[in-house]
Amino acid sequence: MKYLFLLYDDENAWDSMPEDQRNEIFGSYFAYSDALRKSGAYIAGAPLVHSRDAKRVGRQVEDGPFADGKEQLGGYYMIDAKNLDEALDWAARCPCASIGHVEVRPVWNIGE
Amino acid sequence: MSGAWAIAEQTARESYGRLLAWLSARTGDVAAAEDALADAFRAALEHWPEKGAPKSPEAWIITTARRKLIDHARKQKTRSDAHSAVLLAAEEAESEANSESQFPDERLKLMLICAHPAIEPSVRTPLILQTVLGLDAARIASAFLISPKAMSARLVRAKRKIKEANIPFTAPSLDVLPERLSAVLDAIYAAFGTGWNDFDGAEDSAGGLTLEAIFLAKLLTTLSPDEAEAWGLLSLMLHAEARRNARRDDGAYVSLKDQDTRAWDKTLIAKAEEALAKAWRLDKPGRFQIEAAIQSAHAASRLQDRDVTEDVILLYQRLIELAPTLGAQTGFAAALSNGGRDEDALTLLDGINDHAVSSYQPYWAVRAHILGTLNRNEEARGAYERAIGLASDISVRAFLHHKKKAL
Repeated sequence: MKYLFLLYDDENAWDSMPEDQRNEIFGSYFAYSDALRKSGAYIAGAPLVHSRDAKRVGRQVEDGPFADGKEQLGGYYMIDAKNLDEALDWAARCPCASIGHVEVRPVWNIGE
Repeated sequence: MSGAWAIAEQTARESYGRLLAWLSARTGDVAAAEDALADAFRAALEHWPEKGAPKSPEAWIITTARRKLIDHARKQKTRSDAHSAVLLAAEEAESEANSESQFPDERLKLMLICAHPAIEPSVRTPLILQTVLGLDAARIASAFLISPKAMSARLVRAKRKIKEANIPFTAPSLDVLPERLSAVLDAIYAAFGTGWNDFDGAEDSAGGLTLEAIFLAKLLTTLSPDEAEAWGLLSLMLHAEARRNARRDDGAYVSLKDQDTRAWDKTLIAKAEEALAKAWRLDKPGRFQIEAAIQSAHAASRLQDRDVTEDVILLYQRLIELAPTLGAQTGFAAALSNGGRDEDALTLLDGINDHAVSSYQPYWAVRAHILGTLNRNEEARGAYERAIGLASDISVRAFLHHKKKAL
């Protein structure tokens, strides 16, 4: 089963964070991605740039940020897991789970 | 008024499991018994504050639950034999409730049912927590990191299975009893956490269900006092609980050798030692007793300033013979490293042929420590990296970052 992790945190907190702390969090993300890769669960993942640079395209184009809350979508992972329990274990290990929250979405398998 | 509330609450806390076990044992339907009990407690909260609590709250509850069960059986128009079983149980309930005698305690049977081979292992612990302790699905779900809705659904399915498969509420025969009890012990230990280890970098988890697990283990030692492993499990969990406060200093992870022993709960340690002594006297060694003995040795090493390195190595050797789990092997490696045998420890870790290693954080933390001691710093950094990536506790992650930097 494929699962998409949507990582939400307070992107403005990053700007005011001491460099040491930021490096430690970056380090944790590298380590996490690596652990995913080495266990064979990793499919894809990336951080996103600040949501003020987001665009929203519908009938017209709007500028971001769009989210009302303090936490914005800041990155994603796509992983492969045996079942939801295993996916949730991986989500709990994501550094984002300690600072913001991780939304776990099973990917709809439309028969590949 | 608040007095009646307090009595209702107290009755619920102290008697819930016993009442439910009794009702379930006689009807074979845990879900129906739960509903009837919940209705009865709800009625108590309505009536008692107004009219005052009855002299025998348990009798009142069971009589009310009985009426609910009869209503339920009628509405369900169940098969006549099931119907009469319910009525019979209800009548028996009333006569028992009216006599001054205590209800027979059927909680051991209830626990054995919850951990029955026909019940899926992952739902056994939640089922015991809900039926014996009356915890709600949301509370259990948060400890097991799944949604309350999903947890409710799993519990409902399991209870339906008990009823439909007609899993009998009778004590298992003596030849299968040890195996069945061991499933109960495993389920209780799962409530305590994913595992309890004192090697650096191990996480303690399962938020807030440790006291419930200890209560259940204590209950099991009362209901089945000749089961050495029940005493062993109780001892193991008490040792762990005694050190809980010392494992965090201002939120930061503190390893065993640096813990402030003044923050250890000496009363709990004494109780843990007492439980372990009782276990040994029964002369039936098992994995929980060995694990408790390891924790006991760790406690002695700090409190009595004794060198227990060799004792711990021997205990781990025995533990691996009994239960060669990944946790036990990792613990053995940590113990060997602690005794200066880092090469042996690394050989042991290299020899573990288990895919689960790739997502088992303590393995990488211990491996990193051993590689660091052997001055293989580049490899140590890589192993720390793996451990950091697998940690889900922010303070353990910080601890590992710190160790990596210190290489």
